[in-house]
Amino acid sequence: MRRPRRPHSAPAAGTDPAAHDAGAGPAVRRDAGPAGADAAVRRRVAERGPLVLVLPAAVGLCFLVLPLVGLLARTPWGRLPSQLAEPAVAEALRLSLVCATAATALCLLTGVPLAWLLARTDFRGRRLVRAAVTVPLVLPPVVGGVALLLVFGRRGLVGQYLDAWFGLSLPFTTTGVVLAEAFVAMPFLVIAVEGALRGADRRYEDAAATLGASRWLTFRRVTLPMIGPGVAAGTVLCWARALGEFGATITFAGNFPGETRTMPLAVYLALETDPQAATVLSVLLLAVSVLVLVSLRERWIGGGT
Amino acid sequence: MFRPLAAPVAVVLAAVAVLAAAGCGNPPADAGGRLTVFAAASLTESFTSLGEEFEAANRGIRVTFNFGASSALAQQIDQGAPADVFASANPANLERVAVAGEPRVFARNVLQIAVPKGNPAGVTGLADLGRPELRIALCAEQAPCGAAALTALRAAGVSAAPDTLERDVKAALTKVALGEVDAALVYRTDVKAAAGTVDGIDFPEAAQAVNDYPIATLADAGNATLAAAFVDFVLSPAGQDTLAAAGFQRP
Repeated sequence: MRRPRRPHSAPAAGTDPAAHDAGAGPAVRRDAGPAGADAAVRRRVAERGPLVLVLPAAVGLCFLVLPLVGLLARTPWGRLPSQLAEPAVAEALRLSLVCATAATALCLLTGVPLAWLLARTDFRGRRLVRAAVTVPLVLPPVVGGVALLLVFGRRGLVGQYLDAWFGLSLPFTTTGVVLAEAFVAMPFLVIAVEGALRGADRRYEDAAATLGASRWLTFRRVTLPMIGPGVAAGTVLCWARALGEFGATITFAGNFPGETRTMPLAVYLALETDPQAATVLSVLLLAVSVLVLVSLRERWIGGGT
Repeated sequence: MFRPLAAPVAVVLAAVAVLAAAGCGNPPADAGGRLTVFAAASLTESFTSLGEEFEAANRGIRVTFNFGASSALAQQIDQGAPADVFASANPANLERVAVAGEPRVFARNVLQIAVPKGNPAGVTGLADLGRPELRIALCAEQAPCGAAALTALRAAGVSAAPDTLERDVKAALTKVALGEVDAALVYRTDVKAAAGTVDGIDFPEAAQAVNDYPIATLADAGNATLAAAFVDFVLSPAGQDTLAAAGFQRP
């Protein structure tokens, strides 16, 4: 089906449907004072932050960066090539990337509509739904894994029927890993997308509706392009969280090479017998995640330096 | 320009305090009445009772335990975890840490096949662990129960088809208790501890994979006297009775 009438596919300053509206549109903001003085004040603040803020900031920065420095400093670089060549490592890395990506896709398919529902509709119990969505965020992942086992396990609430009717069993499978990761990572996406939706100007959607666009068409051609950066940021967060998932995965999906042993599990197990190998695996995971995040950031989130 | 110095100083002090508090996991060296014991996961029930008995016999003493895969515990001790005593499920993991004095074997344990209550999959022996249609849990080979399982399977000439390699023996047991796997190789003592939810099946090859459990005071023990007293208590007739009641064999 082609679009019947064409609402603005992306908001442009010249066609702001709210421009006639009391001059409060985003494109009509005017600086109150002389721009030069404004900039000077801003520069002074930027140059010299107050000590009360700068010192704790420095402590916080050290706290976040030092462990990574330690990891790099202790990495047996000489062992890196031989470690990378090990099939078990490549397998765990491949599994991690595939599962995190699949989990992110699952989160996008269900999480974006969920965020839209939370931000754009009004229904009874919406606060409750939002609270429920954020629970996995504060829940220890291991508890999430136990909960998944009790629901999707072979004797779980849903799992027993999946097993009896379709012969489907999710624990100890790669699908189980994807589910565990999606469970833990989805709130990151939903929260980011809901925030973007709340920040977006609803009048564009209203204008599309007055021009005869259906809600689905409006969502696809007006809302989605508008909240694109928010969705991208949420996707990246979600993917990163899924990539690092450990607790729910090992509890729900178990640990078996090639099936469910993702990189975090491999790191944990290697630490017990061969700490050097664990360090190498950690550096590898770190490198891959940084690489992916940086490339995504440049492509979709538009730098924002 | 006047700038009150108190605020930044207070913030820095607060930050330092927070960092210091974060490092306060270690009990002070002179904590007379506290003993920290790192023990294999399979010792969870028996050592918990031993700890209570030891506390009852020594007024004012508090024993805290950290149970887990012996391999994980050895690694933690190696990284400076504050422990006074280490009881491992096999000698190999105890050899990885610095101990004071000679380790002493205080118990032996054999493997059993644990199946969910009623044995729904009809498991009869070690050979069933090679049936690919069954859900099987083994311990990761790093953990002593995993190493013992490999020995037993090799002795039986069975190539197992596990679906998951669990972190420690209790994690494997939990998967059986929940009915998520059809069988797991765990210790006889674990089956006994979970008698309400799992059944145990003996198999002849278990005799070739008997685990010796050594115990030792650690070189970095904060309270070496108390640690030695606990080790002696575990080896005493009273301690041995508690372990025997849990299903352990005497050394």
